[in-house]
Amino acid sequence: MSRAESTTASVYHRSVVWLLFLILLLPLLGTLVYSIASSWSATVLPSGFTLKWYSQLWGDPRFLTAFGHSLLVCVAALVLSVVLILPLLFVVHYHFPRLDALMNILILLPFAVPPVVSSVGLLQLYGSGPLRMVGTPWILIGCYFTVALPFMYRAITNNLQAINLRDLMDAAQLLGASTWQAAFLVVLPNLRKGLMVALLLSFSFLFGEFVFANILVGTQYETLQVFLNNMRNSSGHFTSALVISYFLFVLVLTWVATFLNKDKSQ
Amino acid sequence: MTRGKWLALLCLVPFAVFFIVFQIAPLVWVLIHSVQSEESGWGLDNFTRIFSSKFYLQAIQHSLEISFWSSLFGIVIALLGSYSLRRVDSRLRNFVNAFANMTSNFSGVPLAFAFIILLGFNGSITIMLKQAGIIQDFNLYSKTGLIILYTYFQIPLGVLLLYPAFDALREDWRESAALLGANSWQFWRHIGLPVLTPALLGTFVILLANALGAYATVYALTTGNFNVLPIRIAAMVSGDISLDPNMASALAVILVGLMTLVTLVHQWLLKRSYHVAR
Repeated sequence: MSRAESTTASVYHRSVVWLLFLILLLPLLGTLVYSIASSWSATVLPSGFTLKWYSQLWGDPRFLTAFGHSLLVCVAALVLSVVLILPLLFVVHYHFPRLDALMNILILLPFAVPPVVSSVGLLQLYGSGPLRMVGTPWILIGCYFTVALPFMYRAITNNLQAINLRDLMDAAQLLGASTWQAAFLVVLPNLRKGLMVALLLSFSFLFGEFVFANILVGTQYETLQVFLNNMRNSSGHFTSALVISYFLFVLVLTWVATFLNKDKSQ
Repeated sequence: MTRGKWLALLCLVPFAVFFIVFQIAPLVWVLIHSVQSEESGWGLDNFTRIFSSKFYLQAIQHSLEISFWSSLFGIVIALLGSYSLRRVDSRLRNFVNAFANMTSNFSGVPLAFAFIILLGFNGSITIMLKQAGIIQDFNLYSKTGLIILYTYFQIPLGVLLLYPAFDALREDWRESAALLGANSWQFWRHIGLPVLTPALLGTFVILLANALGAYATVYALTTGNFNVLPIRIAAMVSGDISLDPNMASALAVILVGLMTLVTLVHQWLLKRSYHVAR
């Protein structure tokens, strides 16, 4: 390839990548500018800048409550996922490796059945009767467990395969550890970092979940996304400040996860 | 079986209980009630009503159209983008890759609001384009508007899935092809695209499924006034007017049927995909 040709190619590739970046950035940038604009309507650029929308947002008790609700539901769902999935994976990989094939089919279900479909059944099954959960955070915690399941399962499986579960267990037992000791004191610490990354990433997408939250619980236990949707008729600057605050929060989480991940591969 | 194995099986029980309560039971409820109706009991009544109703057929058609076009545009942009990402210096690549990763979380309600600011009736881009005389008017709350919005959230996912696929395309093949006299077009036509095809199709079906099931974005944008399948289903179980859980179940079965088809195709493609020797 001649030099001229390769320079044209490199200019082309650089511009495509920058264009991609710009396309992805534009909605965020627009929202960011809107959230710090004092007023912006029917013109291309805003007329002035202010931080009053942020102070209004972070002083709003309804917002803080919704934020707390979201945190609580997501953390509880992830704790539940870890408590349910870790023993499952351990048992599947150590005792019944053939179950892995079945599990790989089962974890496709949350993906093939969209939340809006599950909601139809959930509303009817748990709307009344002995298992009445609709309108409470409990149903969200259970549903978010299913949402996080495919991702957590795959992420932890990859980690288990990387650490050679069987050798590690055998070595620990040879040195006199019981199965429980080996699982808790040897295998678990080795999974810690991979687990952290999986948890942070799951948290960031659970935090943005809207369908279950809106249909099953709504304003009875308002989460951040439901609050955002209910604020649709208030000032656009206010909702923009909310969107940006939300995104920055998720950004920090994903950034920490990428950082941990990079650290691990080195 | 030894005592250890029984204990191990016991460890699976809590997981099974939660999975059944929150995943299997609702799905089974939907399946059973889709073949029941208030008036005529068991039977395929709901389905005949759906397939003879213009309103429901329109919802299905809108869902398919928006999913198809947004997946197509999304995958083309993702393909061009991730190919170029491979060929720029690593600093720019890592930065844009990480950014694409992060924007994949920017969907649903926040995304709809961001688009209203930019492309709504008084959105800054709408006004800019109007002033420049490029467009007369733009309605974000229409099918075209939704396709643009959906395409946006398909791009990061597309890049995420396609970027690793380029591993299969080895740099020396390109050089060998060039040495043997192939031009760039011939290389792509006979080597590049055939090698990437399974990955492309696989990504395409995932994008399709992603768009078919999407509810939050379109709900937030149009407050549930645009007729697509997920909106219709939700309206019949949580709306203010006509509640009909059996009908909602039948529509849900159609949606799940479409998604299952897509998932099966994807699994099949995964098995056949080109694996590069590492």
